[in-house]
Amino acid sequence: MSRAERLAARAARRNRRRTLVTPEGSALPIELASRGTRLGALAIDLTIIVLVMAFSTLAIGFGAAGLNEVSGGKIDKATGGLRTAFEFLVIVWIALMFLLRHGYFLYFELGPRGATPGKRMTGIRIAARNGGRLSPEMVLARNLLRDIELFLPLMLFVGARAGGSGLTGWLALLWFLLFALFPFFNRDRLRAGDLIAGTWVLEAARHKLAEAMSLGESAARGTSAATGATYRFGEAELAIYGEYELQTLERVLRENRPEAIAAVHEAICRKIGWDPGAGDERAFLDAYYTQLRARLEAGMRMGRRKADKHD
Amino acid sequence: MAMFGLFGSRTSASDAAIEAAALRSDRFRQQREGDWQRLEAIVTRMEKGRLRKISDADLQQLPVLYRTVASSLSVARETSLDAATLAYLESLVQRAWFLVYGPRTTLLGWLGRFLGGEWSRAVRAIWPELLVALALMVAGTAVGWLLCVHNPDWYYALVGDMAQERAPGASREMLRGTLFGQADKQGLSIFAAALFSHNAGIAILCFALGFAFGVPPLMLLVQNTASLGAMLWLFASQGLLYDFVGWLSIHGTTELFAILLAGAAGLHIGRSMAFPGERGVMEAAAAAGQRAAVVMAGVVLMLVIAGMLEGLGRQLIESTEVRYAVGYSILAFWLVYFFAFRRVPQGSEAP
Repeated sequence: MSRAERLAARAARRNRRRTLVTPEGSALPIELASRGTRLGALAIDLTIIVLVMAFSTLAIGFGAAGLNEVSGGKIDKATGGLRTAFEFLVIVWIALMFLLRHGYFLYFELGPRGATPGKRMTGIRIAARNGGRLSPEMVLARNLLRDIELFLPLMLFVGARAGGSGLTGWLALLWFLLFALFPFFNRDRLRAGDLIAGTWVLEAARHKLAEAMSLGESAARGTSAATGATYRFGEAELAIYGEYELQTLERVLRENRPEAIAAVHEAICRKIGWDPGAGDERAFLDAYYTQLRARLEAGMRMGRRKADKHD
Repeated sequence: MAMFGLFGSRTSASDAAIEAAALRSDRFRQQREGDWQRLEAIVTRMEKGRLRKISDADLQQLPVLYRTVASSLSVARETSLDAATLAYLESLVQRAWFLVYGPRTTLLGWLGRFLGGEWSRAVRAIWPELLVALALMVAGTAVGWLLCVHNPDWYYALVGDMAQERAPGASREMLRGTLFGQADKQGLSIFAAALFSHNAGIAILCFALGFAFGVPPLMLLVQNTASLGAMLWLFASQGLLYDFVGWLSIHGTTELFAILLAGAAGLHIGRSMAFPGERGVMEAAAAAGQRAAVVMAGVVLMLVIAGMLEGLGRQLIESTEVRYAVGYSILAFWLVYFFAFRRVPQGSEAP
């Protein structure tokens, strides 16, 4: 990835950041799911639905064929129990198709995860836009709209293609595109159903609790385990950097790649006027990180913040 | 980095370790880490859907721990520059928030509340739209009738494919045959199920199109009732009005009521978006959408009943008087249920 691409990707991510205020009043940063992720989730869900539909249709078809055989190939003229069994199968099929089309999304999105299997696999979920409880009414509303956004125009389109009616097909396609492109024309990437229901789709982020970088021997005391040297930095040497550089340093320490460590070590040494030696970079950076953080956090407590080195 | 493992144990760090930490923000973290990890364990198990494996004590702790960790996050934001800890806390609070404020009820629990008053309340809440939709349906019927009186050719335009043998010029006997004597036909229950599936589709369409500022539901309502008016005219012209209304009423009172509700629900959304009042358009649309969705869930239920009445009741009951009795007692039931039954179920949030 080139630098420009990386910057563009980062800008796109920032574009998806929102702050949500919980009912307790704490602000939570959230990230909207990207349109691509949502499309992927929908594709998975539709695949599941179509597969279940196909298999159940096959199973019921086999059942009906069996009944046909029992009746000697005249199921449409059969009477009594055989007839009832056949009718029962057809009704089960109609009900199942209806449930799959309208109930699948409803059932899964009402669960504790607020996500269909497709959404779960792609790591996204739905939530209420106002930060309150996600109510069954919202789930209901957003999925009722799915019908006119997706199923209906597609069925119309397929029907029109099969029937050879050109104009209806194009109208259906236009209708479908109108709703499919809806998420591109609003800031929060809402589809029509989200708009009506008051919901949106978020990344369901998960982070593990990482070890603190400031707790090791070399970090806490500034003493290197390898050389026994003790690093102490003066006020002037720590005053150069701000929070942005601190977080960059934290990331470098966590990733722990030798070449990055060496490069950062050299850069810091040059900046604070030390002579960059070699062999003890890690301990140096651990100590510098901890002492810089201590200084910046002490400033925070006094209401002074330093965003970056230009601040 | 083995030396770090000494301090970052899975449980809350010992007092000695807390003493040893150089930074105040690290001491803060070590003191509270235990709570964070307990919350994380509960949240992870709940996300996996293993509700039964979670003890009652943990379940009761969830909201308490959630608030504790949320306050940890607020403090950490003001005092700590450990980016990884902040990211962890933010994602943990978010995950717990989803659970604490997630859908609280099961589908069954919601159904109970829905039937126990929420549905009728939502129907009452959209009464202005109900009146508009009713007026449109009556007007549509009248227009259909009058157009046919003026020029019978309108009949084909209005009724279209549904006409079959019910066409102008058909004899009284033929028309009568479409109203009675269908009981020996087979597959009535399949017919009922298919009818339901078809009608529910139309009702959902009627609702969902309300999104376009309510214009399409208006057109759908007028168009459908105009064909009803045309058929009324046809049967009246052969002196069969009384029998035809009976044939229609047995399921039509429920079905037309359901279509009325669906149209009104669509209209409600359209009206809220066109005239949001003091709220923003988005907010108004969301509030209206949720109310209308409750009405629509009921509409689907009513169409199940209408489908059964149409597929079974109408074909099996041959007496016009009994058809009237069944149709209008059900209509009376719906009216009482929606407008006289004013219980507000417990635990429902006021819309």
